Amino acid sequence: MSGNGRIPNWADVTLVPLVSVLLAFILSGILIWAIGESPWAAVKLMVEGAFGSSYGWGYTLYYATNFMFTGLAVAVAFQARLFNIGGEGQALLGGLGVALVCLYIPWPHWSLALLAACAGAAGFGALWALIPGYLQARRGSHIVITTIMFNFIAASLLGYVLVNVLRPQGSQDPSSPRFPAEVALPKLHEMLALVGIPFSRVPPVNISLLIAVGMCFAVWFLLWRTRLGYQIRAFGESEPAAEYAGISPARITIYVMLISGALAGLMAVNSVMGEQQRLVLNAVEGAGFIGIAVALMGRNHPFGVFLAAILFGFLYQGGAELALWTSIPRELIVVIQALVILFTGALDNMVRIPIARLFALRGAR
Amino acid sequence: MTSLKTFLGAGSALAFTATLAHADPALMFDLGGKFDKSFNEAAYNGAERWKAETGGGYREIEMQAAAQRVQFARRLAEAGSNPVVVMGFQNAPTLEEVAPDYPDTSFVLIDAVVDLPNVRSVIFAEHEGSYLVGMLAAMANETGTVSFVGGMEIPLITAFACGFAQGAKAVNADINVIVNYTGDTPAAWNDPVRGGEIARAQISQGSDVVFAAAGGTGLGVLQAAADAGVYSIGVDSNQNYLHPGSVLTSMLKLVDQAVYDAFTDGPGLETGVVLMDLAAGGVGYALDEHNADLISAEMQEAVEAARAAIIAGELSVHDYRTDSVCPAF
Repeated sequence: MSGNGRIPNWADVTLVPLVSVLLAFILSGILIWAIGESPWAAVKLMVEGAFGSSYGWGYTLYYATNFMFTGLAVAVAFQARLFNIGGEGQALLGGLGVALVCLYIPWPHWSLALLAACAGAAGFGALWALIPGYLQARRGSHIVITTIMFNFIAASLLGYVLVNVLRPQGSQDPSSPRFPAEVALPKLHEMLALVGIPFSRVPPVNISLLIAVGMCFAVWFLLWRTRLGYQIRAFGESEPAAEYAGISPARITIYVMLISGALAGLMAVNSVMGEQQRLVLNAVEGAGFIGIAVALMGRNHPFGVFLAAILFGFLYQGGAELALWTSIPRELIVVIQALVILFTGALDNMVRIPIARLFALRGAR
Repeated sequence: MTSLKTFLGAGSALAFTATLAHADPALMFDLGGKFDKSFNEAAYNGAERWKAETGGGYREIEMQAAAQRVQFARRLAEAGSNPVVVMGFQNAPTLEEVAPDYPDTSFVLIDAVVDLPNVRSVIFAEHEGSYLVGMLAAMANETGTVSFVGGMEIPLITAFACGFAQGAKAVNADINVIVNYTGDTPAAWNDPVRGGEIARAQISQGSDVVFAAAGGTGLGVLQAAADAGVYSIGVDSNQNYLHPGSVLTSMLKLVDQAVYDAFTDGPGLETGVVLMDLAAGGVGYALDEHNADLISAEMQEAVEAARAAIIAGELSVHDYRTDSVCPAF
């Protein structure tokens, strides 16, 4: 992915994805035009719906928070060239951790509950990633296969726990009871009100956003400022070289999967504790998989993940507004999202090589 | 939450007066989407029927994520849609949160109960309809084994299975009822290939009548039964026409009627719990030209007798949802 020395670093992380996204939007515009709607009006609706009001911003940032956690989870693992596709399952288990913490311990204040819920979410998520990590490190079972399979096991486990354990007797809905009001997380509007900025009260964006941003910094610090991060990256570049340098592949694999699973699990703090206030069936809603696209687009760099998460938050919220106010079918909105993933992820070199040539030309002059 | 309510009370009064003028109804589909050949599609058909008959317009919305439940329900109410019909039991918490903020909007919840003054809750007695098709299955059965393919092991679907098993055992106490579920992810409702696999496995265990209550997955079940030359039973809508001669009957759950009624009643509709059971004609079994040759006069007579007995209260079908126990398993 990296290693193309001819492009300056800033262009690699900003210009290439930006041009890719632009191409995806142009193609989407043609599609919208082809089904008889105005592409300009659609773009305007999406941008206004996602960024035009504090209401739109709130939802965009709420979705972005989810994608930051799952995107970071994939990015960290990918630095060690481990492809963790199990973010979905790890986040589901994280949700279980949050629910157990919130339901069975009486908390006097949300701040204590938040700390414990973070620990529960990260712990359960990490545990769920540990098993595939161990199987890869010690038994050579490929991580892609095992993490995918663990998504299904997690869904089955959650289904069982919700239907048979957490569901209140007589309730039809396979979901946990509502968490007590004491553990409701402060929403962004309450936090902004402290500094006098008015913000819509409706969207579920909450304090987890700050945790997600903090995690972006933490992951950057871990990868580029600590010994373990160096070992992770060295292992990712070349396993034999890392082993020759005295780095244990098994140890790194297990550490990386623990960190990755913990990050994916933390997503549940935002969705389960911050929004739903109860554990429901399929609480993750595919955010674990979107995380793969977010990491791809963010070039596995925490700052890139941050930007890509906001872009996907925009696609989700803008897409929702599009579905709400036009007759553009939901399927086309999925197509637009898929085009963005296709251009930024799979067709990367289509943009990268011409840009590299441009820079080479400029350099030669 | 209280601050939220006051804000919205003020906000909706100020910002949305312009759009409050027209009161078109709205329909909010559950995850799974409009064209699932089952629950949501039945609602869509009901809305379309209303549109064709009255010439009115309605707003509809499909979801992509759970966070959109509350978001969309609010937006529809704010846009002046009235009544707002919301599909699926997973939306009960949605309405508990949203409905109190819009007291002038009527909400209709399909498949669950929310006790609020402006919410009509429509629930179906799926166990009663399933009992009747279970009887038909046992009467058509020759091998001593019938089977059930559910979407997901949740109380709603287990209630189908339980009613089916009770009906089958009422006809033949020794009958073997195989019960399988498709999966635990949302894909379980839309996986015809897996449905076909499960049906073939059940047929190889001796089942010659397969009942599918699994949304789009059921299409694969019906196909597998038709290919193997055994009977199948459709669900929700009348699916008899899909494979005439193979689909024994369909367990009808008239979701379309519930939506049609809500749209017809319009703003200010009567709220409270509406129980769509056998007596109300909300559930039943399908009999048409496609399966007329499969249902003999005696079979029909026996089922009609049971139907009358259930309506009269002489025969009670146990509802799995009341105590999570099924006497027939």
